[in-house]
Amino acid sequence: MKLQKMSIITDEKLRRKSLQDIEGETDLLQKAAKIRYFAQQCRVDVFEMLYKRGNGHWGGSASVAEILSTLYLHFLKTYPENPKNPDRDRLILSKGHAAPMLYNILAKKGFFPMEELSTFRELNSILQGHPCMNKTQGVDISSGPLGHGISVGLGMALAARLQKKDYWTFVIVGEGCLNEGQSWEGIMAAAKFTPPRLVIMVDYNKVQLDGPCSDIMPLDPLSDKFKAFNINVAEKVYDGHDVLDIMKSLDWAKENQKNPSAIIYKTHKGKGVSFMEDNYKWHGSTIDDESYTRGKGELIETLMKLKI
Amino acid sequence: MKNPDLISMRQALGDVLLKLGDEVPELVVLDSDVSSSTQTIHFGKKFPDRFFNVGVAEANMVDIAGGMATCGFRPVASAFAIFLTLKAAEQISNIICYNKLPVILLGGYAGLSDSFDGASHQSITDIAVMRAMPNLNVIDPADAIELTQAMQQMITYDGPSYIRISRNPRPLLFENDEPFKFGKIRKIQEGSDMTIAACGVTVSMAIDAASELKSKGISAEVLNISTIKPLDVDTLVRSVQKTGCILTVEEHTICGGMGSAVAEALMKNHPVKMDFIGISDTFTETGSYLELLKKYGISKESIKDKVLKLVTE
Repeated sequence: MKLQKMSIITDEKLRRKSLQDIEGETDLLQKAAKIRYFAQQCRVDVFEMLYKRGNGHWGGSASVAEILSTLYLHFLKTYPENPKNPDRDRLILSKGHAAPMLYNILAKKGFFPMEELSTFRELNSILQGHPCMNKTQGVDISSGPLGHGISVGLGMALAARLQKKDYWTFVIVGEGCLNEGQSWEGIMAAAKFTPPRLVIMVDYNKVQLDGPCSDIMPLDPLSDKFKAFNINVAEKVYDGHDVLDIMKSLDWAKENQKNPSAIIYKTHKGKGVSFMEDNYKWHGSTIDDESYTRGKGELIETLMKLKI
Repeated sequence: MKNPDLISMRQALGDVLLKLGDEVPELVVLDSDVSSSTQTIHFGKKFPDRFFNVGVAEANMVDIAGGMATCGFRPVASAFAIFLTLKAAEQISNIICYNKLPVILLGGYAGLSDSFDGASHQSITDIAVMRAMPNLNVIDPADAIELTQAMQQMITYDGPSYIRISRNPRPLLFENDEPFKFGKIRKIQEGSDMTIAACGVTVSMAIDAASELKSKGISAEVLNISTIKPLDVDTLVRSVQKTGCILTVEEHTICGGMGSAVAEALMKNHPVKMDFIGISDTFTETGSYLELLKKYGISKESIKDKVLKLVTE
């Protein structure tokens, strides 16, 4: 018992130290490399967690690893010890099925003990199948049913303007969200009300639950759609797995903070496991023993290569 | 000549929002392109920075309100009841109720009150849908004064409420010094032979029916169930313990409405003979408000008929 307690304290010290090591890094290239490593470590941990649980969404979690890691370790002002601080930046994971990745990062940021991660999707867990703001510290709004994020984020951004606060609101959407008509109602309204510092980030892996977007519901030309709705969209499509590129996209967001904006990231569903990448079958399937062994091998191999 | 005692709930809503706008700086109002009908437009003119007309997009409106509520605001989101509660049902459930956000959802033109626009615009399922949602209070005020008082109370309540608002001028039943109490049934008239439990605009019909029944020697107790959820089960049970039978009256389908809520509570706590007045399982139609109410069995006459049947059975 005592020993176990000791190890938790050691783990906590280690967690803080490695976080400080990344967040405090002043050299941007070094920082990007460290965040990339962190994101890959999260992938390994999420893969393990989902395999053990026997359910949960690997594809969309792996897709958003670098985007979430860069936001939390490089950009967002958050307060893990005072998670409801009204001045915090807001993050809405509108594609809420990527909850495993969000939970992993929130735990590593210190919003709740790392041990909670093993209870994901268990009865009485603080970590629900999809994010729940009243059960999980650090979750700004419950999500999972697709298409809510942009509207809710618009509400948060309008609240900031009314309160004369300068926090940011990021909304991460996937194709599923953009299939929902409500997203476009939200985009139209964002263009009407124009609150500052509202950023829609599209994790554009082009694969949805039932198949490729091109078969299920084509979204292209996506950038033109945003433009037609009067939303300022970044000309460049950023690489959602290249941390330095994501950092650049956030610089763009800063330069364009006066009005709502949208950024499209090219990503790969299931990124990091070759036979799962871009394959809709791994949207939310159970990871079987053989796939686990092969997949984990690949993820670790990449992790080792990234070691700084 | 105008009857000075007739006032519509929507008119009262417009007035109370203006007052609350001064008193509650966190109040924001959202509407979905019906503000000149629902009367939220007056708030919009006085407090343009705190008013958001989102166009005809109820789902979007509800979620924007939710986002604002997470940041300390007290949003009031207004639309026609049928579109608010059906088009935005999933948003009300997954964003407002699941997260227990302090948002007031205003269902305007409720019941049959959008009478001439027809069945597509009349809201006869909103109570059923709203009361099925965990965390959500459901309030059906009986007159403009109750509506005003409900708004004043729920604007500071720590959780979501759905408030039903009738379109048309109706009699004022209460005085300002008899405050509406959230979660409490208001006993309007003592009686011993039977209980009539009404809500919304049907309360005035129940009062009239009860006074006419008196001449027939029937003593009816009249309850105003303005808070349908949470239901004041104690008052309800005490009443039927005395009277032994109950008739519920509502401007809503009898499937899942206030009558169903009462039946659920009484079946468990004190089963008695019971009957329901409401729209039977059917769509309604175009017509004048009072004619429609009458045709679909919501009237003083049908209350009297059903009461007589219940007490003589």
